[in-house]
Amino acid sequence: MAYVAVKGGERAIDAAHAWLATVRRGDPAVTEIDTAQIREQLGRAVDRVMAEGSLYDPDLAALAIKQAQGDLIEAAFLLRAYRTTLPRLAHSLPLDTAAMAIHRRISAVFKDLPGGQVLGPTYDYTHRLLDFALQDAAPITAAPAEGAAATEPMQRVNDFLRDEGLIEPDGADTGTPGDLTREPLRFPAGRDVRLQALARGDEGFLLAMGYSTQRGYGGSHPFAGEIRMGTVSVIIEPAELGFPIDIGDLVLTECQMVNQFKGSKTVPPQFTRGYGLTFGHGERKAMAMALVDRAMRAEELGEDVTAPAQNVEFVVYHSDNIEGTGFVEHLKLPHYVDFQSELETIRRMRAEAQHAEAGA
Amino acid sequence: MAVLARASLADLTERLASSPALPDHVVLRGPEEGLVMVRGRIGGGGGGFNLGEMTVTRCTVRTRGGQVGHATIAGRNGACALLAARIDAALQDAGFHDILLAAVIAPLALRQEAARTQQAARAAATKVDFFTLQTMRA
Repeated sequence: MAYVAVKGGERAIDAAHAWLATVRRGDPAVTEIDTAQIREQLGRAVDRVMAEGSLYDPDLAALAIKQAQGDLIEAAFLLRAYRTTLPRLAHSLPLDTAAMAIHRRISAVFKDLPGGQVLGPTYDYTHRLLDFALQDAAPITAAPAEGAAATEPMQRVNDFLRDEGLIEPDGADTGTPGDLTREPLRFPAGRDVRLQALARGDEGFLLAMGYSTQRGYGGSHPFAGEIRMGTVSVIIEPAELGFPIDIGDLVLTECQMVNQFKGSKTVPPQFTRGYGLTFGHGERKAMAMALVDRAMRAEELGEDVTAPAQNVEFVVYHSDNIEGTGFVEHLKLPHYVDFQSELETIRRMRAEAQHAEAGA
Repeated sequence: MAVLARASLADLTERLASSPALPDHVVLRGPEEGLVMVRGRIGGGGGGFNLGEMTVTRCTVRTRGGQVGHATIAGRNGACALLAARIDAALQDAGFHDILLAAVIAPLALRQEAARTQQAARAAATKVDFFTLQTMRA
């Protein structure tokens, strides 16, 4: 039986929402948080909400975080709902992440690579000790900026291996990519649609899936070939102009995983790759995405599909936390009629069983 | 357009204060908020895929001289998009082109370039210098 709508409870709902607003505000003696403060000082949360809400707008993400009391899935939900109110005016030309203005760029496979290892604003190498000094307003310390800035775009790590033919090339352009916000999912899903699903997928889910591949469930021996984070300009070609224009910058994180591959009947042994790209500074997400992207290519590369992360349908159907939260949380809505019918069925079955037993 | 797209409202009004008034205009469209689907490339250089959407604001104006100015800029800022479209229209007017280029575009480009250079210098300051034990290699 389907879900049956119920009426009533308006007064209770209004009162519940009024209390929610009070709880959201917290102790009135404490200064109210400003959305600009969230945008500037809780940047990683803003980035995650933009990625999983699949909408790049730091101001809206900050507002959503405030409204959702820091519940990031609820905040992503708010962004997804907001995006449905806006018309899509254009799509961008494919981003050129090779031309990224680098804030961070590291490689775990080559130590001395052209452009060098640039750490950027990272939590790596911190001791993970609580810094009690942050409890008090601290004077602003300026980050050192005395380094000689690189003027050339940083070459990708893949390119060094590609010159020797030891790594698979980027695939050819396959025309207009699929869009799962416009067309229903169909399997087998192409890599374009899979990457779209991963880019808006839940970081926790992707982390667990990526981690499972490292622990032996569809392992593919990954190396972090390159991780880069920085700003990339977005170019669109409006129909009314007929030429491309630059509409601004996005902060993005990109991960190129390099994986062992022993070759197949048609392909010599070489490195294969998994790819991760996400809005904002989201290194964990980009890395996990790249691991799962590679795992989902098992069939294409002639590997056995045995593990959850290699199962495209399983991953793509369960990566979206808005869909997941909708279906899990709908269980708390009234199911009175459904349950009544189940109750009737169980009673009848028991009565029949007792009757049969008495008769035997 | 790249410079105007990256300028804040404060930037634009500040620069326009020191240039002659922009030509009168009628708004043909907007400013209206919408989305651009941002596309990435599979593997960084392969076929396209839809990464996610971003908010944009677009605006189109026509000046009394008949020039049509158009702006699409990242984010939600109608006032910025309107000014950018008016400047875009005025830049097509020979009487305004050089003045606006010198008074608005060039200084903003310079400021944006300085910000980029500072960011790049910050990144460069975090570049690792490895100490290799050269005696071990002999």
